[in-house]
Amino acid sequence: MTELFAALSLQMGYNATLVAVGAALLGAAAGVTGTFLFLRKRALVSDAISHATLPGVGIAFMVMVALGGEGRSLIGLMTGSAISAVLGLLCVGWLTRHTRLSEDASIGAVLSVFFGFGVVLLTVIQTMSAGRQAGLESFLLGATAGMLRSEAVVIALGGSLAVVLVVLLRRPMTLAAFDPEYTAGAGWPLARIDFAMMGLVTAVTVVGLKIVGLILIVALLIIPPVAARFWSARSGHVAALAGLIGGISGFVGAAISASAPSLPTGPIIVLVGSAIFVVSLLVAPERGVLATLVRRQRFHRAVHLRQGLLSLANGQPIYEPLTRRLLQREGLLRGDGVPTAAGSKAASEMGRDEQRWQILRADPALESAAAQYDGLTDVGAVLTPDQIAAIDAKLPRATPEVMP
Amino acid sequence: MTQNDIPSMAQRSDIATAALAIRGMTVSYGEKPAVFSVDLTVPRGAMMAIIGPNGAGKSTLLKAALGVVPTLSGEAYVFGKPLAQMRARIAYVPQRASVDWDFPARVIDVVAMGLYRELGLLGRMTGAHRARAAESLARVGMSDFAHRQIGQLSGGQQQRVFLARALAQEADLYLLDEPFAGVDAATEKAIIAVLQALKDQGKTVVAVHHDLATVKDYFDHVFLINKSRIAEGPVEAAFTPDNLQKAYGGRLVTAQLDPASQITPVVPPRKDLASGLAPKGSGTVGGAG
Repeated sequence: MTELFAALSLQMGYNATLVAVGAALLGAAAGVTGTFLFLRKRALVSDAISHATLPGVGIAFMVMVALGGEGRSLIGLMTGSAISAVLGLLCVGWLTRHTRLSEDASIGAVLSVFFGFGVVLLTVIQTMSAGRQAGLESFLLGATAGMLRSEAVVIALGGSLAVVLVVLLRRPMTLAAFDPEYTAGAGWPLARIDFAMMGLVTAVTVVGLKIVGLILIVALLIIPPVAARFWSARSGHVAALAGLIGGISGFVGAAISASAPSLPTGPIIVLVGSAIFVVSLLVAPERGVLATLVRRQRFHRAVHLRQGLLSLANGQPIYEPLTRRLLQREGLLRGDGVPTAAGSKAASEMGRDEQRWQILRADPALESAAAQYDGLTDVGAVLTPDQIAAIDAKLPRATPEVMP
Repeated sequence: MTQNDIPSMAQRSDIATAALAIRGMTVSYGEKPAVFSVDLTVPRGAMMAIIGPNGAGKSTLLKAALGVVPTLSGEAYVFGKPLAQMRARIAYVPQRASVDWDFPARVIDVVAMGLYRELGLLGRMTGAHRARAAESLARVGMSDFAHRQIGQLSGGQQQRVFLARALAQEADLYLLDEPFAGVDAATEKAIIAVLQALKDQGKTVVAVHHDLATVKDYFDHVFLINKSRIAEGPVEAAFTPDNLQKAYGGRLVTAQLDPASQITPVVPPRKDLASGLAPKGSGTVGGAG
């Protein structure tokens, strides 16, 4: 526990700190990049990209060994993985455009073929003499243990660069995500915007391979924006918040992993992000599950109360048990179904409101106000007192049962 | 382009004077043309309705001209130059159903998107830009909604926001795809007032339209399409029962037309007019056709 605290407060030594900062920058880059992917509704493409990196890792390793190197250079492995990721991306694009396969089917096909091929390559590499110590399988789930300082620097720089590029391209990517037809119609190069977005996702994936691993990098791209969306309804804010959530996940996850080196880093980072997601899902105002529940309950009650009062106004019996219960709880109805004094008053007010609506809706001059009729809103909310007075002048007096 | 597609001298002068000229445009989804070899000429300052039955290629024609969907052949010219060079003078309003309104944005953010082209990647949004966005919103009567989430808007309000985004561009040619589809009566009135104000400022407006009853009230030019061009020109010359019959075939219900208009019940289709371009003698096709 003290170790974890030490790691979180950057007192774990230079290397562990560097790794944690690198992970935080990677998480932030994944969060902001993933936001645009998520808003463009192409989150799954990142799954194809990440799985398509594996053959590249294997081939790059083999090539470097064949050239007499050690085969573990992170830059070399990242280059290889980027090339095969782009190939996978091009395959998905080609299949979607030139066959009748939909994008999700193309993603499934490409993902499994590339990943399967990559696993075969890794198995072959395991049998090579140089391969046993290579630790390439750490690219599947990510590992920070034994990470070199230079590797952490590469990851931190790569993450920062991705953030800068996203900020630079935020306007076209927002446009393309919201309204691709308008974007193309206004002369933006839509295909190139999409390609740049996918390029950024590929970059983040490749940079994140070492820390998070290719299986879970998709989670780091998608969970932060999905969590951030609960808190904000402005795309810029969602992106910034997603960057923050991704950064926190990366930092805390790497710190936990550093204090318990046997834990794989990727899953820890993703679990931290998931925890933030679950909290957001539950307690976020407006879009959160609890807020939605409360709002729906309130709406439900308002509907039943109004229906009940209208029934009373029309002298009709109330059969719905919930309506009766609500009216009784409000002190508007007695246990035997007879309205109380307050209930009668509220009912006649409600009846008059409904009559005003009838007149309002029949008046072509009040068309825009009439459009707001939903059965629940009071006339007072859509008209001025003067207008209401004008309507009241047309009300039939002392005929409470005019309700249709 | 084959030899035949090259515009003749007469067509070239049309192209030079027209706000929008489309020549020989063919668009195909799969191997079935949706729009076949269409020529369209919109005079400057015109307010033109593109009408035709469902699936006739009305929206596709607009999208193809703008490069939103790929074309098999054809060119579009705006104010005499190839459309690609004139992007800054065109504002496009797509169908509102084409986007997901749960997108995280406020009304004013969507309107500001109309300024993105001008701002470029890094240009700063200044107070003048914000004022322009706010003014565009005011013109469609949506000022009170500036900070509302777009997800809370009604269909008519969504359409007004789309129009405001186009207004913010301060373009000279406005291309609208079904601006009146599924909107309330108040919105329809507000939109047509804005469009007419644009026309009064000398701007050119082209709208894909589906309501035959309002064509005469709202527009001064009309273009009838059903895969290929049926007729085009000033409303009084081209919006005739004959042409409508050709565009809509047996599907045309006369009740769709305003009974108060001079349009008489639809006459049976004449075989000699089936080619889509009426001979001079019929006296029904005017304009640049």
